[in-house]
Parts: sequence; C-alpha cells; structure tokens
Amino acid sequence: MLAQQLVNGVLLGATYALFALGFTLMFGVLRVINLTYGFYFSAGAFIALALTTHVGLGVALALPMGAIGAGLIAVALDSLLLPRLRHRRSAELDSLMVTLGAVLALYAAMTAWLGPDIRRFPPGLIGAEAWEWLGVRVTQAQVLILVASFVLVSLLIALMSFTRLGLAIRAVAEKPDAAGLMGINVARTSRVVSFLSGALAGAGGVLIGLNFNAIQPYMGESMMLRGFVVIIVGGMGDSRGALIAGLMLGVIEVLTAGYVASGLKEAVAFAILVAVLWTRPQGLFGRAVGQRA
Amino acid sequence: MSMPVWLDDVLWTYQTLIHDLGINGLLALSMYVVLAAGQLSLGQAAFMGLGAYSGALLTMKAGLPFWLVLPGSCVAPVVFALAIGVPTLRLSGVYLAIATIGLGEVLRSVYLNVDYVGGALGLNGIPERAETWMIFGLLGLATAGLFLVGRSRFGRAMEAMREDAMAASAMGINVARYHLMALVTSAVLAGLSGCLAAHESSFIGPNEYGFEPAVTILSFALLGGIGNPFAPVAGAWFLTLLPELMRDLPDIRLALNGVIIVLAVLFLPRGLLGWRMKRAAVGRGA
Repeated sequence: MLAQQLVNGVLLGATYALFALGFTLMFGVLRVINLTYGFYFSAGAFIALALTTHVGLGVALALPMGAIGAGLIAVALDSLLLPRLRHRRSAELDSLMVTLGAVLALYAAMTAWLGPDIRRFPPGLIGAEAWEWLGVRVTQAQVLILVASFVLVSLLIALMSFTRLGLAIRAVAEKPDAAGLMGINVARTSRVVSFLSGALAGAGGVLIGLNFNAIQPYMGESMMLRGFVVIIVGGMGDSRGALIAGLMLGVIEVLTAGYVASGLKEAVAFAILVAVLWTRPQGLFGRAVGQRA
Repeated sequence: MSMPVWLDDVLWTYQTLIHDLGINGLLALSMYVVLAAGQLSLGQAAFMGLGAYSGALLTMKAGLPFWLVLPGSCVAPVVFALAIGVPTLRLSGVYLAIATIGLGEVLRSVYLNVDYVGGALGLNGIPERAETWMIFGLLGLATAGLFLVGRSRFGRAMEAMREDAMAASAMGINVARYHLMALVTSAVLAGLSGCLAAHESSFIGPNEYGFEPAVTILSFALLGGIGNPFAPVAGAWFLTLLPELMRDLPDIRLALNGVIIVLAVLFLPRGLLGWRMKRAAVGRGA
C-alpha cells in the first residue's frame, strides 16, 4: 500500500516538477511572476484534446503539438503584455497584476467559449493495460507521464548547459544589459524563454489531463497553487530546487490524500509554503535571492 | 421622522444591491491600504471569507450579539495576515503576492471538507443583522480614517515607500513595520466586510471567496486609483453597478474585470480618479 502510494506520488510529482520548471525558468530569466502561466497549462490540454477528438491523432503527436501550441500562445501573450513594463520601477508587481488580470480574462473567455464542463480524452487513447510488480500497479498512462517528463527535463537541461542558445539564456538571466552589450539579442532570447516555459506548461497540461482524464478551463488555476509551492520551497528561479520540490510535493500530496484526508492536500501544501517562508525564505536548496528591505 | 414612500420603495427593491455597494466599497479600501503602501496582497477575498465564516459561527454556534461578533470576526483574518505577512514583508514584494494568491483556494478546499462549517452546502440561515446604516457607517468611518491617515505623517511615509522603498528606508522609515500595519488594517477591513456580507445575505458558501473575487477586488482599486481613498470606493461602485446595467452578458463580466486590470496597469497607472491628497502641515510649521 505504502509502496503504491509512493510510486503514485513520484509520478504525480514528475508532472509538478515539469510544470514548475517552466514557471521558475520564466522567473529566473525574465524576473517576472507570470500568472498567465496557468492558462498555458489549460491551453496545452485543450489543444491535445481537440487534436485527439476531432483530428484523431495519437498521444505521440498530440502531446508535442499541445506543448508547441501552448508555447506559441505564450510567446504571443507575453510579448503583448510584458515588454511595456520591463523598465518600470515596480516592474515585478506591475507585471504580476497585469498577468493576473489577463489570466482571469482568458479563463473567463475560454469558459464562455467552451463551457465549464469537464471533458475527457476519447476512450482507448491510451491502452488500459497495467503492469504489476511486487504488488505495485503502474498504468500505461503513468509510464507515459514519467517517460515524457524525464525526456523533457533532460532536453531542457541539455539545451541550457550545452548549446549557445542556453548560454545566451543564462547570460540574459544574469544581467540583461550586459548580455545585450555582448551581442545577444535580448528581446529574441526573452521570446525563446516564453516559448520554452509555455511549452513546458502545455506539456504538463496534457500529461495531467491524461493522468486524471479531466480537462476544464480552470484546471490551470488549481495547478498554479502547486507551482507557487514548488518555486517557494525550491527557491525562486532555482531549477534544480524546482525539480526536487516538485517530486516531494507529489509524494506529500498522495500521502496526505491516502492517510489523512484527500480534501486537505491543498492545505498541507500551503502549510509547507508558509513554513518555508518562516524558516528558509530563500528555498530549501537555493542561495538567498530575496532582497531585504 | 418618516421616509418618503418612494425612497422606502427604492431601498426595498434594491436593498441587496445597495448593501453590495457598501461591502464592495470596504473591500476596495482593504485593497487600497496595501497598494498605497506599495505592496500587493491578493488575499482580500480569503480574508473576507475568514471574516464571513468566523462571524457566522460566532453568531450561530456561540450565540454572541452582533456588536461582539463584528470585531470578533476580524481575529481570524488578522491571524492569517500575520502568519503570512511577518515572514514575507521582509522579502521582495512578490513573496507576499504569491503567498496570498493561493490562500483563497486553500481555504475553499478546507471549507468544502470540514463538516463543522457546512462543507459543500455552506452555512444557511445566518440571522440578518447587518443593517444598511452599519454597512455605510463603517464604510464612511473607514474612508474618513484612511483619508486622515493619508494626510498625516503615516501617509507621507506610505507614499514614499510606494515610490521607492529603498530610499524611504534610508530616510528612516521602518518599511517592514508600515507594510505589516497596512496588511493588518487590510485584513480587518476585509474581515468586517465578510462578516457584514454573511449577516446580510443569510447564506455563505465555500465557493464565494476564491480566485475570481480576489481578482475582482483588485480591479476595484486599480480602476479607481490609489491616490486617495475615495477613488477605490468609486471604482468598486462603478464595477458593482455595471453588471446591473448589462444583465444579458454575465459571462463577459469576469473577463471585463480582468481586462480592466490589464488596461489600468498598462495605460492608467493612476486610475481614473488620480488626484493625490494634499498633505496636512506637520509639526514646526513646515
């Protein structure tokens, strides 16, 4: 029983880690808490849903296309909303408010268009087989989630560590002005970051949609709470911390649901957030990034 | 002294709307207090919910009179504001915003799952003890109080912090303490409005204090502006009356609130009523 819970927790946590990675990448590079991020999550899920239901694509195509679609939406929305604010004095709070307003408008418009009902992927999209080993049951959907999260995270780490693009992104994160003087196109690099983070959110949306087989416009909003917990516990802008904290959160949620009460898993996650703020505001693993006033 | 008949009719027909104007005005002020100090808290709806639930429980389970319930309903919001505010206010502003934005959703899941507070059904049959004069009396008091504070030394400190927290702290302003005072005041105002709302509508449910109302409250303050306390109240009244004028478009209302925030921050950073308060002269004939 416990082994099963742990396996489920790690699988759920893998998606949380993936989702939070895009969120923390956005903050780490562009210094923006982008609340429209949750919408990219919903958008990815809906794009994959439309492609599987109406076009008849399989998961192997619908997942990357959902991610790419969400990434493109992210580029469009971010370049519409954020550049104007970059040079304001209180850019952080202003961009928070703008993206908050935007995300409410987007969710409301999406609900008005598609309706608030929960939708499901067409039956038989993923085989119903499951494997059992030492009493632990793993479904095909869970294996897909784990493999996809692992591949995407590895790709991102490789991109950031070994390519010129990754170097440019890290340079912009460090000091945008100096990066610009070194010949890096900061505006284009920012758009690439928007795309990458939107695509990660979109992929997360498809995977969570597959995991619970329930898709509706506001699904990104409840996911954002996990995103906040993960980036605070992991440390703002710390991608390694986000990965570890995401996995931990998945396990803790599943254990809370299994042994305490499933309705309290949000409260437990939030209590962890507040506890970390009191004791280690720089995150469990990171170095200090919060400025003291 | 009796009211003219037509006025009595108007009050009767539009009672809920009139009460909403007062309650939303208080909520707009609770947002204003934080924004005016240069902070962003998105927990106003959550604080309101805490005030509503604790107030309703004090009336229904403890049987306290309303004059005790009203101040009592501020305790829970203030406790939560302190638990979140004390650690985050030393940090950069995004921490407070992130920690508070999740609070509403978390409390919703708690209300839903705790039978003592009614679970998914909410609390029904709350005695209707919030009178019109109480709601508007408190709104008037709060507006006047914040106006006077805004003209004083406090207000000057708040404005300095909003413009540049670093410079303000170099001038000897204890930024963290002012921020905490603003957050606690905001929690009190939100708690009061929640308690009044609960004792006005006789029913409260777990879904009334989540993400959407939190953003709506922000749109009140941003539409009006944060240069003076009258502006957010005017913003709240405008956005409360607007849906009455366009009843056919209920889906659009929420989207509109979001669009207002985007446009206000991008193009109207002072809000529609952008005038700033004149300062009262302080001390040695400055």
